[in-house]
Amino acid sequence: MTELHHLGVAELAALLKNKEVSAVEVATRFLANTGGNPHNAFLDIDSEVTLAQARASDAKLASGSAGPLEGVPVAHKDVFVTKDFVTTAGSKMLSGYRSPFDATVVARLRQAGMVSLGKLNCDEFAMGSSNENSAFGPVTNPWDTARVPGGSSGGSAAAVAARLTPAATGTDTGGSIRQPAAFCGITGIKPTYGRASRYGMVAYASSLDQAGPMARSAEDCALLLTAMCGPDLDRDSTSLNVAEENFSKDLLRPLATAGKNGQPLRIGVPTQWLGGGAHSPLDPDRPFRHAEGTHETVQARIEAACDALRSLGAEVVAVSLPNASLSIPVYYIVACAEASSNLSRFDGVKFGHRAKDYADLTDMYKKTRAEGFGQEVKRRIMTGAYVLSHGYYDAYYLQAQKIRRMIADDFRQAFAKCDVIAGPVAPSTAWALGDNSDDPVASYLADIFTLPASLAGLPCMSLPVGLGDYGLPVGMQLIGSYLQEAQLLNVAHQYQLATTHHQQRPGAVA
Amino acid sequence: MSAKLVQGYEVVIGFETHAQLSTESKIFSRAPTAFGAEPNTQACAVDLALPGTLPVMNVGAVERAIQLGLALGSHIAERSIFARKNYFYPDLPKGYQISQFEIPVVQGGEVSFLLGDEKKTVRLVRAHLEEDAGKSLHEDFIGQSGIDLNRAGTPLLEIVTEPDMRSSDEAVAYAKKLHEIVTWIGICDGNMQEGSFRCDANVSVRKPGAPLGTRREIKNLNSFKFMQQAIDYEVRWQIEELEDGREIQQATVLFNPDTGETRAMRTKEDAADYRYFPDPDLPPLVIGRDWVERVRSEMVELPWVMAERFVRDYGLPEYDAGILTQNQAMAAYFEGAATDQRNAKLASNWTMGEVSRRLNIDGRGFDAEVPVSSTQLGTLIGRIADGTISNNAAKQVFDVLWTESGEVDAVIEAKGLRQMNDSSALEAIIEEVLAANAKNVEEFKAGNAKAFNALVGQAMKASKGKANPAQVNELLKQKLG
Repeated sequence: MTELHHLGVAELAALLKNKEVSAVEVATRFLANTGGNPHNAFLDIDSEVTLAQARASDAKLASGSAGPLEGVPVAHKDVFVTKDFVTTAGSKMLSGYRSPFDATVVARLRQAGMVSLGKLNCDEFAMGSSNENSAFGPVTNPWDTARVPGGSSGGSAAAVAARLTPAATGTDTGGSIRQPAAFCGITGIKPTYGRASRYGMVAYASSLDQAGPMARSAEDCALLLTAMCGPDLDRDSTSLNVAEENFSKDLLRPLATAGKNGQPLRIGVPTQWLGGGAHSPLDPDRPFRHAEGTHETVQARIEAACDALRSLGAEVVAVSLPNASLSIPVYYIVACAEASSNLSRFDGVKFGHRAKDYADLTDMYKKTRAEGFGQEVKRRIMTGAYVLSHGYYDAYYLQAQKIRRMIADDFRQAFAKCDVIAGPVAPSTAWALGDNSDDPVASYLADIFTLPASLAGLPCMSLPVGLGDYGLPVGMQLIGSYLQEAQLLNVAHQYQLATTHHQQRPGAVA
Repeated sequence: MSAKLVQGYEVVIGFETHAQLSTESKIFSRAPTAFGAEPNTQACAVDLALPGTLPVMNVGAVERAIQLGLALGSHIAERSIFARKNYFYPDLPKGYQISQFEIPVVQGGEVSFLLGDEKKTVRLVRAHLEEDAGKSLHEDFIGQSGIDLNRAGTPLLEIVTEPDMRSSDEAVAYAKKLHEIVTWIGICDGNMQEGSFRCDANVSVRKPGAPLGTRREIKNLNSFKFMQQAIDYEVRWQIEELEDGREIQQATVLFNPDTGETRAMRTKEDAADYRYFPDPDLPPLVIGRDWVERVRSEMVELPWVMAERFVRDYGLPEYDAGILTQNQAMAAYFEGAATDQRNAKLASNWTMGEVSRRLNIDGRGFDAEVPVSSTQLGTLIGRIADGTISNNAAKQVFDVLWTESGEVDAVIEAKGLRQMNDSSALEAIIEEVLAANAKNVEEFKAGNAKAFNALVGQAMKASKGKANPAQVNELLKQKLG
């Protein structure tokens, strides 16, 4: 038998159901892997808690009352609050914080039977794309420990890639599931905004934050996503009132008939992202230029993946997202504005860090927040406060909201011509630790491909499509129309049935 | 009519009233809203702004806002927006207050009331939903402040008027009328001591015809008496400043009931930039016509509508209808007693007269259980109307019912108060009276009308008050005619 830690969610669930292995055995194996905290992926591990959950799962398996994922381990990004583990959101501000309740997503996965291995490192308050903004040290990429795993769900991606857990939860505000999944060579999906409850997610940018699973295959992601999503109307007003869905239901549809009315599935490739657009010379009329920086190997892998999908029966068509490049300024206005307000509750009064010595209330606020927040968080709070200030609101925030609608309209028009949009996740493979730490704008620009779908609230995912520069994984992004997660997973699964890129693992992982 | 001037100045007042809505739970959480509990026992994770918590709209608060809008003839916005008002304060757990800013749920409308004999109308700008903050407790802690978050997240409706009022009398009359309306329709308990109904008055003065003067806002007026004192003081102060050649600075002021003075808390220069923006945690509040109509159909009858009905259906004078509909319990009591339309005026007289008088003596109102139920009063009035007892006898019965309880008819019998309706027995009494009072009979026949009244009195006395005076009159006329 293959070592347990190399098995995916579906395989482990089957073994557990057939009682070929116990939940305690599985948990013990993974806990052994997390010992010594490889890659600094975990922020909290408590084997007692994990084993207690595993024993409870074994009891359910024995009594026949098991959930669909009973006994399969999972680990949670540290922005999901948990009763049984400390929740810090990667910030000194919440060092040692323990929530009196579990996030809805955490509770739902436990309800489905999953056993929690602990909490995963991430960029502070999910702000970042390299995991270097964690107050508890960076996470390293299992493919090359001198490189970043991506972010903000860097701990989640590294832990899955390094076989420390078969699956993890992540959150995606502007690419925080997709980009680390791409950098670490795993599969991750962000559902339609409102599918997964935000209750119990430490808020970064409320209108964008969305939870999703990260695993080693589309099939495994579908299993977790099914358990995670569902209406939570009593706790989250932005939760969508749509029935729970089995996201595995369309996995096996052949792409030749997976489109509308049994037509071939149409894959739209934005002209701005590939081909001419990606390598066009600098356009002085564009305030932000992006795609010229896309690495050739990234482009080659995406084109090869499109060819593979075509050979599976899909059609590839050109679509246009003319306003997508404006996503960077729009995102950093909207997200920072919301963050500046969401993070006001961290004031030293009620919970979390409070400065030791202070003269008066104002001094307490200032010192507490100066000590508790890291550089990037402070930068975004200041940016957000600025764009919401009297006299600037119209020029920045209001304008950004208008462009946000234009970007969503671009997608609406594109989806008239195709079923699924494909493109890169990031312009490059994982960069070296420290590369962008002095240049925040450079890492902001690398978000160019992930931000548009976030701003439009669309479901989107990342799947590995081979190795690029320095033998590092390249991820392809798939974007679906609203509520079309099952279709995305169908495309990804068909691709993974025909290819082996998702099975490649970092050389160091035994 | 021109406004009353004070030392040649016209007074201009606008109001912002915070009415705490009478929901069981908070506006965005399920924590209870009861007043007076131990600190921090009525605050849940959402009220404490714990990481990961989110607001969920309390539909009951929205319906109360709709009710106010319907009562005041306002437009109910089909789509209104919740915004975040950002500022740091220890009793504001999220670091922002959720409030409606650009698009409020209730728009326009008016409040009409009598000031003396004159009808006044104050126009509303808006009424918007928002959450209350907690409380900072500065006593009991040395060198520190305590925070009580029980009140955090309590639903408020902020009701804002145009600057339509021209005197403190008018302002107080407006506030009283608004208080009457919100308590009548049941959206607010109106308890001013507990802060359920608190007013901010924007006051300015100007020479007649001049543009509006600079206003100062008097915060948190929690009694009608202080409201009047505070506005009067503020008006005098502003006029003195202007007369001394100083300009009024826009400011927020507090009224000190001990000194009777207002004092500035902060001026416009200190005004914070609240960085308002739409709350991304709350989708726009959408109120369809069907929802508005359902709320309308479930609403209590409004006082002025009820008063019109009392005039129309019971034939009451407008004065009576106005008094009876000042208080919902009183109106209900009247309607309970006025079982027969023909007795309505009697029921009104008794409700406004004897019943109110006795309640007043006992220091209670119609809201509590009245010792003589409206049904009992209805029966009693019926006995007056059908001639069983006299009005005077009814007062005796009422007194027994009030102090000792019992049934109307049983008390009448026990006290022997039934009127003598047997004409043969009465005739005998009258014959005796005529015989014993020959002098009066003569005087009457000589044209002295007063002598007739004396005979009536004698007859009543002889019957021990049980005779029906009308019948006595009738019989005497027959005998003497």
